[in-house]
Amino acid sequence: MKIMCLIRQVPDAEARVKTANGTVDLQGSSMALDGMDEYGVEQALRMSEGGAGTVAVAVGPQRFEDAIRRTLAMGLERAIHIETDLVLDVVTTSRLLKAIALEEQPDLIFVGGQHADTDSQAMGAALSEALGWNLVTWTTELTLEGQHVTAVHDVDDGKETVELELPCVVTTQQGLNEPRYPTLPNIMKSKKKELLKKSLNDYGISSTMVRVVNQEIQQRARLQHIIDGKDAAAAAEQLIVLLHTEAKVI
Amino acid sequence: MILVHCEHDGTRLRKSALEMLGAAQALGGEITALVLGRGSSQVAAEAAKYASQVLIAEDALLEPYSARNHAQAIADLAVQAEASLVLTSGSRAGREVAPRVAVRLDAPYLEDATQLELIDGGLRVKHYAYLARVTETLEAIAPLIVVSVKPNTQAVAQPSANLGEVFEVELELTPSPIQVVGRTQEKTSRVALTEASLVVTGGRGMGSPENFKLIEDFADVLGAGVGATRAAVDAGWRPYAEQVGQTGKTVQPNAYFAIGVSGAVQHMSGMGKSKLIVAVNKNADEPIMKVADYAIIGDLNAVMPALIAAAKKLKD
Ligand SMILES: Cc1cc2nc3c(=O)[nH]c(=O)nc-3n(C[C@H](O)[C@H](O)[C@H](O)COP(=O)(O)OP(=O)(O)OC[C@H]3O[C@@H](n4cnc5c(N)ncnc54)[C@H](O)[C@@H]3O)c2cc1C
Ligand SMILES: Nc1ncnc2c1ncn2[C@@H]1O[C@H](COP(=O)(O)O)[C@@H](O)[C@H]1O
Repeated sequence: MKIMCLIRQVPDAEARVKTANGTVDLQGSSMALDGMDEYGVEQALRMSEGGAGTVAVAVGPQRFEDAIRRTLAMGLERAIHIETDLVLDVVTTSRLLKAIALEEQPDLIFVGGQHADTDSQAMGAALSEALGWNLVTWTTELTLEGQHVTAVHDVDDGKETVELELPCVVTTQQGLNEPRYPTLPNIMKSKKKELLKKSLNDYGISSTMVRVVNQEIQQRARLQHIIDGKDAAAAAEQLIVLLHTEAKVI
Repeated sequence: MILVHCEHDGTRLRKSALEMLGAAQALGGEITALVLGRGSSQVAAEAAKYASQVLIAEDALLEPYSARNHAQAIADLAVQAEASLVLTSGSRAGREVAPRVAVRLDAPYLEDATQLELIDGGLRVKHYAYLARVTETLEAIAPLIVVSVKPNTQAVAQPSANLGEVFEVELELTPSPIQVVGRTQEKTSRVALTEASLVVTGGRGMGSPENFKLIEDFADVLGAGVGATRAAVDAGWRPYAEQVGQTGKTVQPNAYFAIGVSGAVQHMSGMGKSKLIVAVNKNADEPIMKVADYAIIGDLNAVMPALIAAAKKLKD
């Protein structure tokens, strides 16, 4: 069983996001392995024997190395880092990842359900389409018997149980599992693990199809009208009147 | 030509479809509505009011819903009809289909657009990033561009006096390799969450599933949709269909009531764009308070019955 985990490094969910001159400024923000990717790494570790046959694949700038190291410390066997400062669109990335998947020949690829920086949900679908492989999105349960996969996943207005065959792409989400913390011995061991560096050049990719023109924080000014609720009836009365006469929403 | 993939329930267009047709009308030019799956011929008449032509296909291989087969159909028809823009819904299903279409067409994909604007040779859109804390402007220059449109961000289409012509099209699909063996539909009898102009959400602070009666009663008086936080859903108090946030639904109502909700980043990414935010919380230091327009600091067990009574009085 060979498993590939796509992983990314993003600002910590609790970190404050700032912008400067029309771009997000990550200087000083604490960065982390994308929580959605962590579920994929955990699942790969559970489905392999002690991480055997698992590989992390990351496409992004040099700083991604911290997140890659974390997946190795969690237990993945090795990693491939396609180092680039270019922000690639999802279709071009899927071409790149397809080439890597054809080299690596995994049976299963985990992709985070939604990126915590681009807010994109597209990567898993794009990669499965590029490879012509089966896909399960927003997966909360996954079991494997031989080549046969049974998965429970969320759809727009409920849940579905699906059955399919390997190879396939699975996108993760909260609920799939509880990711482990790296233990000290595993952190030590991970320092010796293979981290293969590659460039976009190796795959004949040099441009992106989508350009980020501007990034800004658009915050709605909030009224901040705070009412003391010690006298619940009076507070409720006051709020309902405000919503009716001032905000005019009811 | 703009090709609009219209979501429908087998009888009527979904609101997302009317919004995308509205977005296409605002961009200008010729519009082709694409209606796929069971009930297409019935829905076609409705779509014809908003588009110059309607393509329909009731191919059996589109059911049960297969993203792979929908994507193939959309991509093939986009090429045949010579579309320059393909619009799909920003629903979960739409955001799985759209990147597949883009890969098939080797076209740029702009995801979950909240605003669309034609530029020379391409399209510029706005969308949210960094768990909806940042607004990004993205641009693609290409002869064909695929876009998913965020629900509840576009004005719905205006019917035209001239009905578009309806064409039945043939697809060349193969059976989906994925078997759907079980399905739980989580439908609430109330106003659909993503379409509601008022939403009342309960969080872990409700304390029990029974206590959500306070949320339901308040929602019913106001004619609002009911939402829940992940904490309430994970506890098994509420169905997943009601979850608001990063891994649930995104809502942007005229007023959002957060009751016993702390306002975690992942929750706010699903409701932070609400036009008005009202909070009831016993703790004045919670993150939700920083984004609240109105808030009552107090015990929801006392405040909610009082709010229900006061709202009833107003309505009578
Ligand atoms: C990858 C990922 C995805 C996630 N996706 C989502 C998502 O889609 N949606 C989501 O909601 N969360 C999501 N979460 C979880 C999120 O981080 C929070 O844990 C969750 O939103 C907390 O829910 P809550 O506000 O109901 O609970 P809490 O944070 O426990 O807040 C309860 C609130 O109730 C108040 N309260 C308690 N008792 C009373 C009382 N008697 N009267 C008045 N107030 C009271 C408390 O002061 C507190 O503010 C996600 C997390 C992760 C890691
Ligand atoms: N024929 C269709 N065309 C586009 N989307 C569909 C179609 N059928 C179902 N869907 C979408 O798939 C999801 C689940 O649909 P359902 O549960 O059948 O209402 C929803 O987001 C629907 O909008």
